[in-house]
Amino acid sequence: MGLLSDPNRRRALTNLLTRLNTPLWGMPVDWLVKAMQARGLEVFTQSFSRTLPFPDENKERYMVHGTNVYGILRAPRAPRTEALVLSAPCTPGSSNNQAVGLLLGLAQYFRGQMYWAKDIIFLVNEHDLIGMQAWLEGYHHTNTTGMSWTPLEGRGGSIQAALSLELSSDIITSLDLVLEGLNGQLPNLDLANLFYAFCQKIGVLCTIQGKLQRNDWDSAAGYSQAVQTMLLMVLKQASGRPWGDHGLFLRYHIEAASIRGINSFRQYKTDLTTVGKLLEGMFRKLNNLLERLHQSYFFYLLPSLSRFVSIGYYMPAFGLLAAILLLRALDLWVQLGSPAPGTEDGLPFGPGVLSVLTPLIISHLTGVALYTLPIMAQQTAVEHFPVSETEAVVLTAIAIYTAGLALPHNTHRVLSGEGTEEGWRVLKLIAIFYMAVLLGCTALINFSLGFILALTLVPVAAFITPHVPRVLSALVMVLLSPGSTLLFSIFVYQELQEAPITLLEGWNLFLSVISQGILDHNLYGSLVYPLISLLVYPCWLLLWNILFWK
Amino acid sequence: MAAPLTLVLIVAVTIRAVLFSSSLAEPLMERVEVVSPLNAWKRVVEGLALLDLGASPYSGDVFHETPLIIYLFHFVIDYADIVFMIADGITAVALYLAVQDYNKTVFRKQKYALEADRYPHDCLELIRTPKEMYYIPLKVALFYLLNPFTIFSCVAKSTCGLNNAVIALFILSTIKGSAFLSAVFLALATYQSIYPLTLFAPALLFLLQRLYIPVNFYRPSFWLFTLQYAVMYLGSLCVIVCLSFFLLSSWDFIPSVYGFILSVPDLTPNIGLFWYFFAEMFEHFRFFFICVFQINVFFYTIPLSIKLKEHPVFLIFMQIAIISIFKSYPTVGDISLYMAFLPVWSHLYRFLRNIFLVSCVMLACSALFPVLWHLWIYAGSANSNFYYAITLLFNVGQILLVSDYFYAFLRREHHLTHGLYLKRKDGSEATLVLK
Repeated sequence: MGLLSDPNRRRALTNLLTRLNTPLWGMPVDWLVKAMQARGLEVFTQSFSRTLPFPDENKERYMVHGTNVYGILRAPRAPRTEALVLSAPCTPGSSNNQAVGLLLGLAQYFRGQMYWAKDIIFLVNEHDLIGMQAWLEGYHHTNTTGMSWTPLEGRGGSIQAALSLELSSDIITSLDLVLEGLNGQLPNLDLANLFYAFCQKIGVLCTIQGKLQRNDWDSAAGYSQAVQTMLLMVLKQASGRPWGDHGLFLRYHIEAASIRGINSFRQYKTDLTTVGKLLEGMFRKLNNLLERLHQSYFFYLLPSLSRFVSIGYYMPAFGLLAAILLLRALDLWVQLGSPAPGTEDGLPFGPGVLSVLTPLIISHLTGVALYTLPIMAQQTAVEHFPVSETEAVVLTAIAIYTAGLALPHNTHRVLSGEGTEEGWRVLKLIAIFYMAVLLGCTALINFSLGFILALTLVPVAAFITPHVPRVLSALVMVLLSPGSTLLFSIFVYQELQEAPITLLEGWNLFLSVISQGILDHNLYGSLVYPLISLLVYPCWLLLWNILFWK
Repeated sequence: MAAPLTLVLIVAVTIRAVLFSSSLAEPLMERVEVVSPLNAWKRVVEGLALLDLGASPYSGDVFHETPLIIYLFHFVIDYADIVFMIADGITAVALYLAVQDYNKTVFRKQKYALEADRYPHDCLELIRTPKEMYYIPLKVALFYLLNPFTIFSCVAKSTCGLNNAVIALFILSTIKGSAFLSAVFLALATYQSIYPLTLFAPALLFLLQRLYIPVNFYRPSFWLFTLQYAVMYLGSLCVIVCLSFFLLSSWDFIPSVYGFILSVPDLTPNIGLFWYFFAEMFEHFRFFFICVFQINVFFYTIPLSIKLKEHPVFLIFMQIAIISIFKSYPTVGDISLYMAFLPVWSHLYRFLRNIFLVSCVMLACSALFPVLWHLWIYAGSANSNFYYAITLLFNVGQILLVSDYFYAFLRREHHLTHGLYLKRKDGSEATLVLK
């Protein structure tokens, strides 16, 4: 007894999948509506549209119009207060052409069961993340990103958990679990454990970060694979983008994960009926939940699917880095250790404070320029240079970033006086404390991003003074600046994925990552780009100012 | 000095006007650190709506401000932004004038003491010079107007700004020596939130000092003046309360305002100490702990007045700080009022021991409040313990700040009477410890 033990249902599913194997023009809304209605679901559609701030060259879209189709399977004997979501993104082409078929097959099977206590919403979203964002905003009556969508006519109660399916072939060798969501938020570890335990029970291979976990933990090879898996998770979490359609659910306090079917060269292959059994089991377990998943950790790193590093283990590492900054700040305070500033002159503040205020204001203005100008100036850039809009935005951002390096030579000419020994100490104290608070807050929200920034910026912040050898320190500072960190992370990421790339490919990937970052911020509210441009970059510019203090 | 003050006022008004029209105003009105159930603007609007419908504004347990405030806004609701900016301006100007007058008094006393040769010879470096004291009033106004806490409180239209204005006017009238006006403003401040009652003692001490009446319980002049001041204060309070009764024709503002402040029924998280504690409290012990917490606010008046009876203005500073730390629904607007006084004690800088730790703690906590709120309420990854931890740390930082200034003040007074380089009886160097 279970899914598809009935041969008729098996045949129906195979028919569906064969039909879906043919390439489709966009999303077949009417066909989906009819198919879902035929399976006894309450079907509704939502149309949405969004004009991106500049064309997205990775997915080749600029003005996006789409329709989400969702069908609600009402629980037969329960009040309609809670819901579960199974979603499959529908894209033209062959990248995700099996998931919708499996979804419909599951819908048909679930309809015949009596044990559902929560409504199940089967969602097919168009234009993956943009459609998902529109659906979630419509479901929760919020509008944070300026998308226009039609209101949802049917609702199912508060969503307890969600699973997103991505299947590209009907025979798979393993299932990849994707957990990282928007702004590095992760679902409760219970959800990942649940999925892995069930995979083991059914006998399907489950991987994380595309790597199969090993049994030999003590050997060097096993340890190095665990480290690589964890590093991949850190890099993915630090990017702040949702790595699957589930990533947008987490913001609404809904535990969600994405399941990706992978067909590679392995000995044992599983067909979709087993995957269907797996999903049925997952949904039955989620159906039995009495409360939202909150007992396990929300902050963790996974070196493999059966081991985790909790926040209690990895936060002290970050705490020690922040302690470096605080100790250096204490040291500067003791060095400064003089009576109340600036009461000798006729001015209310001595020249010390004023000469510190100027670099602060100019750095932050540069940060504001880095945040606002690339998108605002893309039209003028396209008129004057032979580049496309995306390239214009990205190259403007890089140009402003490097233009900031030229600043310290001009800042001091704004003020008539020269900087003093005390001046750079005060500026460094402010910069270090600012950086400590900033990195602390970042690490609390997105630990990986905070840790990577801390690793590269804390050594620079600690040793920089106007008296270190200038050229060497300038080189080190530029190599450890946020932009270069991003470039190196891309190369490291590709190495860890075992798909190393050449320098030119890396540079192109770097440009596309910057454009994706800006787009993520505009489309979904990702915080990485504003954080780096408005807060981290001015902080780094302050340190650059100190290096060139005269 | 009028020109720099006007410049500061213009800059402050510009910043507030820019923020009022930006998209920051709406989220600020909902931040629990900036508004509390007592002084939120949304509740004032709600109360006004109820009043327009003819019902009592206190029905429905939404509105907890005083009737005079609601009548004030009944007439000026369209200019609410301007009212709050004017309130901030009044506070700044009142503090400016008060501190100017106080500095003159301090300098005059110091001059007499120098002429009477009352200071030991080695503490001449502790004597304050007019040049050093010249910019202090301007710094006070600057500290108040450009403090981010004040700006947020003003942009969120929290009625705390009006409370601060009344307290500032009270301080100004006390320092100018007008007992009647001081009693009236103190009554207004007490009427709005009960805690300024503790400012009765420092005001009394200052006015006694000004009239050269010694604080001696056997002297009839002391009791005469105390009685006079108390009668003026209580009389004004009665008049204001009766006026409120006649405005609204009912007494139900008393349980809604004073009952609410004293019994703390609303446990919305804020930057105070009450909410978490009382969320965990068993009903059986609630009354006992309410009494303990509320007495805690009033309790420090007596020992502090005894210790600081020669320095009533410092006592006012300490009292305002203690009120804003231990009151039942504090907000950042209360903090900004006592922080505005810090430039007045800038000569104590050399005796402060914890200033680095305190400023780090307070800056870090101010940054962590919204982060941990987001993690608790929106991301669901944290819980109330995290937010209360930051609240506790913030309040510990404030207490450290206040006690540090207390130590520095007393130490300077000790040095002025016993000399700067202290020697024990056997001639070795001694240090002062605050016990």
